[in-house]
Amino acid sequence: MYYYDIIFITSFFILLIISSVLLGKYMAGLYDGKRTFLSPVIRPLELFIYRLCGISETEEMTWKRYARAFVIFNATGIAFLFLLQTAQGFLPLNPQRLPGVRWDTALNAAVSFVTNTNWQSYGGETTMSYLTQMLGLAVQNFLSAGIGMAVVLPLIRGFISRESETVGNIWVDLTRSVLYILLPLSIVVCLVLISLGVVQTLKPSLIAHTLEGAQQVISVGPAASQIAIKQLGSNGGGFFNANSAHPFENPTFLSDLVENFSILLIPFAFVFMFGYMIKKSRQGRALFMVMLILFIMGLGIMLYAEYQPSPALTHAGLAAPVNINMEGKETRFGVLWSALWSQSTTVTSNGSVNSMHDSFMPLSGLVQMFNIGIGEVIFGGVGVGLIGMLFYVILSMFVAGLMIGRTPEYLGKKLGPYEMVMAMISMLLPMIALVIFSAIAISTAAGISSLNNPSSHGLSEILYAYSSAHGNNGSAFAGLNANIVFYNCTLAAGMLIGRFATILPALAVAGSLAKKKIVPDSGATFPTTGVMFIIVVISVIIIMGALTFFPVYSLGPILEHLFLNELKLF
Amino acid sequence: MNLWQSKFILQGIQEAFVKLNPFTLWRNLVMFIVEIGSIITSIVTIIYIINNQSYSLSLQITLWLWATVLFSNFAEALAEIQGKARAASLRSTRENISATILLDGGKSETVSAALLKRGDVTVINEGEIIPGDGDIIEGTALVDESAITGESAPVIRESGGDRCGVTGGTKLISGKITVKITVNEGESFLDHMIGMVESAKRQKTPNEIALNILLVSLTILFIVVVFTLPAFMRYMGMATGISILMALLVCLMPTTIGALLPAIGIAGMDRLLQHNVVAMSGRAIEASGDVTTVLLDKTGTITLGNRMATEFITAEGTDRNGLMQAALYASIADETPEGRSIVALAKKELKIHGRDIRQPEESRFIPFTPESGMSGIDLKTKKIRKGAYKSIEAYIKKSGGFIPDEIRRTADRIGLEGDTPLVVAENRRAIGLIRLRDVVKLGIALRLAQLRRMGIQSVMITGDNPLTAASIAAEAGVDDFMAQAKPETKLEIIRKYQHQGQLVAMIGDGTNDAPALAQADVAVAMNAGTQAAREAANMIDLDSSPTKLLDIVEIGKEILITRGALTTFSIANDVAKYFAIIPAMFAVKYPHLGILNIMHLASPSSAILSAVIFNALVIPALIPLALRGVKYRVTTVSSLLQKNFFIYGIGGLILPFIGIKLIDLLIALFAMI
Repeated sequence: MYYYDIIFITSFFILLIISSVLLGKYMAGLYDGKRTFLSPVIRPLELFIYRLCGISETEEMTWKRYARAFVIFNATGIAFLFLLQTAQGFLPLNPQRLPGVRWDTALNAAVSFVTNTNWQSYGGETTMSYLTQMLGLAVQNFLSAGIGMAVVLPLIRGFISRESETVGNIWVDLTRSVLYILLPLSIVVCLVLISLGVVQTLKPSLIAHTLEGAQQVISVGPAASQIAIKQLGSNGGGFFNANSAHPFENPTFLSDLVENFSILLIPFAFVFMFGYMIKKSRQGRALFMVMLILFIMGLGIMLYAEYQPSPALTHAGLAAPVNINMEGKETRFGVLWSALWSQSTTVTSNGSVNSMHDSFMPLSGLVQMFNIGIGEVIFGGVGVGLIGMLFYVILSMFVAGLMIGRTPEYLGKKLGPYEMVMAMISMLLPMIALVIFSAIAISTAAGISSLNNPSSHGLSEILYAYSSAHGNNGSAFAGLNANIVFYNCTLAAGMLIGRFATILPALAVAGSLAKKKIVPDSGATFPTTGVMFIIVVISVIIIMGALTFFPVYSLGPILEHLFLNELKLF
Repeated sequence: MNLWQSKFILQGIQEAFVKLNPFTLWRNLVMFIVEIGSIITSIVTIIYIINNQSYSLSLQITLWLWATVLFSNFAEALAEIQGKARAASLRSTRENISATILLDGGKSETVSAALLKRGDVTVINEGEIIPGDGDIIEGTALVDESAITGESAPVIRESGGDRCGVTGGTKLISGKITVKITVNEGESFLDHMIGMVESAKRQKTPNEIALNILLVSLTILFIVVVFTLPAFMRYMGMATGISILMALLVCLMPTTIGALLPAIGIAGMDRLLQHNVVAMSGRAIEASGDVTTVLLDKTGTITLGNRMATEFITAEGTDRNGLMQAALYASIADETPEGRSIVALAKKELKIHGRDIRQPEESRFIPFTPESGMSGIDLKTKKIRKGAYKSIEAYIKKSGGFIPDEIRRTADRIGLEGDTPLVVAENRRAIGLIRLRDVVKLGIALRLAQLRRMGIQSVMITGDNPLTAASIAAEAGVDDFMAQAKPETKLEIIRKYQHQGQLVAMIGDGTNDAPALAQADVAVAMNAGTQAAREAANMIDLDSSPTKLLDIVEIGKEILITRGALTTFSIANDVAKYFAIIPAMFAVKYPHLGILNIMHLASPSSAILSAVIFNALVIPALIPLALRGVKYRVTTVSSLLQKNFFIYGIGGLILPFIGIKLIDLLIALFAMI
């Protein structure tokens, strides 16, 4: 690392934090129903949509109605996307005449895009028609992100409202998320990316004649528009199979900065928005510090691991002169920006990559898996990441509350058995399912047949795949060929568990909290803005992750790391 | 009471085995699962023995797993024994008591106290033991309640007032009373209390339920983590035995807190009992830890209850000694507390302390009447009167005299300061004033300050005018007060605070307190209070001490802190156990992972065994802490959390590394494996 790297990355974060504070304030006003500076333009469109869909803007829903609407909305999305893919052969806008997608791949992709995972077991440019990409995947990029942003709002309202039965209106929350936040931001980012050289066209693939006289198919398409939303909305599904390492998706260092910025912007903003919405911005800042510290810890380990050459290369005398681990990384991004992206994409459940996670050092792989495995709570996916973090906070406050001799509470709401049950479901069910599915995959022929690498690296690949599914991340350790029935189905199940087991308990807690009174702050209340709070929450997150994954990680990345020092490679 | 007597220990050990019964153990799910694990490893060990395989490790694991369950049962049994012993010593006073029941038609009958029913009317004579809980319906008595409260000074109980309640087992020292029994035998709060310390009858509190959910969820997580491990191990070319998996599972499960959880709750009840408070439910105790507002009656709680003379103020032209002498004479026969306090103050100021002062001969005491509004004495030479300003003014004006302006101004000033002025007149001339002041109890300001540091605000309720109330409130340091309060006001105030989200505690004794007590979240009734008050409350203070709330709040907090601390400790322990067991399981095949064996444990077998033994032994080691509770000190919340987090979190992280290493050294020394 050079001094200018430090200047660069510091200014990147300062700019990011300033932007996300502003965005957070804007979002808080928006969701509170205040006028925003975009209202003159967007308000008519918003009202038109409400009229068109017969939505009453002022109608409030109970948590159960909210949850039912959420489930129906997702189920419809999955069914529509599934049919669209299987029927694409007969539908227009298919210049490459791609056939209908195989059922298991289609199911996996449908679940994947609706749950905001964007795990792709297929190569996008050679499987999905332009129509499927635009009407199916791109639309879901907006909707899955929008609904993910919407569902955290009931939980936040649960902390604010007193003895209330309702938690908001899902259709209003969704419409506002898409129209006022995702759409304008993605238009801006899309235009910036096009100006930086990202492809945006509806023409079919190009045929190039190489110097050797061979023919080469060069895939193009409406990439920039999809990339903007895939980064902003924690989607991450690439237009091209190589995702954001592909020069048409991410051609320059500058485009990389813009895309990485877009990955983190809304997740950052949500934490600040939380503070503004509950009218205690210090609470938002405390949660932000928890996340930022965990983010920097992970990034630090990754940089430490990547800024040294593979012992195998050193041994072979090939490490000099670069002396860093460049395997699987694009030279235009280098170690620093590949590691930053890798950390950003794994903590935010985004899942797009600008380098191959498979080729990172085992310790970096450990960090990536841990980020995803604990449930995408370090900033996390748009909206839902905050849900996950709030559940960890509930657990932390439970233990901390007992230790100061009070019935646990957070933001003046007492936390009882009901909240505990929901927090446990939300936190542990995805982790438990992840471990069980990985164990099944690794002990069945179908599971192992897809592995390209043996021993602990193979174990890591399987663990990473299921972590990615349960965390709704979508990135992969590329060594695993997941486009088989077994993986398509089990990973789809994992994605559904990861999504619904987080959101439904959150809505239930929202309903329960909204009904409660607010205990006013007193000297006996544990201040949830101080250093002690930050330390406790960070400890709880690390301990929970470590207790769950220590045995498998020690057989996977840790053992691989130890092997590597003995020059044993996979 | 010393719990660590061989009698109790033996009884505890015996009950620990009885509690192995899975049909009762399932109430404690964590330990129930450990028992199932023990049964499985027992079977596995037997199979090993039959097949002539090496069984030493498996057998030792099995024995320690059983020990884990037994230690847990022992902790619970010990807590129960302690509670029961205390309750039994209270109850023993009631045995062999007979009661005289009044029957219709004036006849009476003598029956055993055990046969008393609600509604029976009994007559109790001097020197007899009161046979059951009830209200006095006739008579006044001096009662020795030391059997229950430990307080040696007898107390007065009389019919009709708020002090009509008597408790079974207490002794009538003088007087004769007729008591209406208000509870059936077996329902009195002593019986209630005995039931509370039996864990099977104890209802879990919401906090306990939530904590149980956490512990059970973690257990499920660890079951999955442990039993999927063979799949990953097989892929990596390893195998392992069921006993070792069970050992890992039990080590990871939160057995420490799981084992001690019932004991903590029971011991909490018992500690409350040590403070002579009987709780009607565990829920009430925990709620007391959450109290944010305390309602206190001014009279009797914050102040001594009677106005006391604190100052003599002379009018111009009057001799100070003359005023004091006049006041002294006027009050000599006045038996009211105010009167006596005037005598005491005058004697002190005149430095005639100790000398006997009698009412002069040929004098006539004029007692206080509401009509005249004053009292006094007619001596041979002069007539002295003392009373409120208005009364004296009227008295003087009637004879054509007048009160100097100065006296009126001083009286007004005293009133403004929240005190009561008493004007003294000699031969129809106002000669000065006595300042009567409501005296705040010694130490009350300190206790209220403590409450404030605990984050609890105090609200004083009084029927006084706002000025008096404000003055007392300022002196005692209450956060808020409610003046000119009627009995109904209490209920309204509680509702108001509850609506703001506050948790309200109050102490009451009178029948008109009952609705407010029923509404309060933590309601403490004085034992001397009426039956109605006692029924509406969820705690009864046997000492009838109004400041008992502070102790109750502390105990409530201690129970929660103990649970939280041991939970943190239990979970933090897991890290070290992983570092003991994981390398032991994997390093045989992959020596690289030996790097995780940071404790340098002797062998894989001894590592696993050390972890299991540590896990088992930590339970009895922590029994004293569980029974005693983690001490609560009044301090800021942050420093409290910091301290507990450091001791039980960081300590819980480090201690097992040391403990497991020591046990491993011992195992190697004695070649146990």
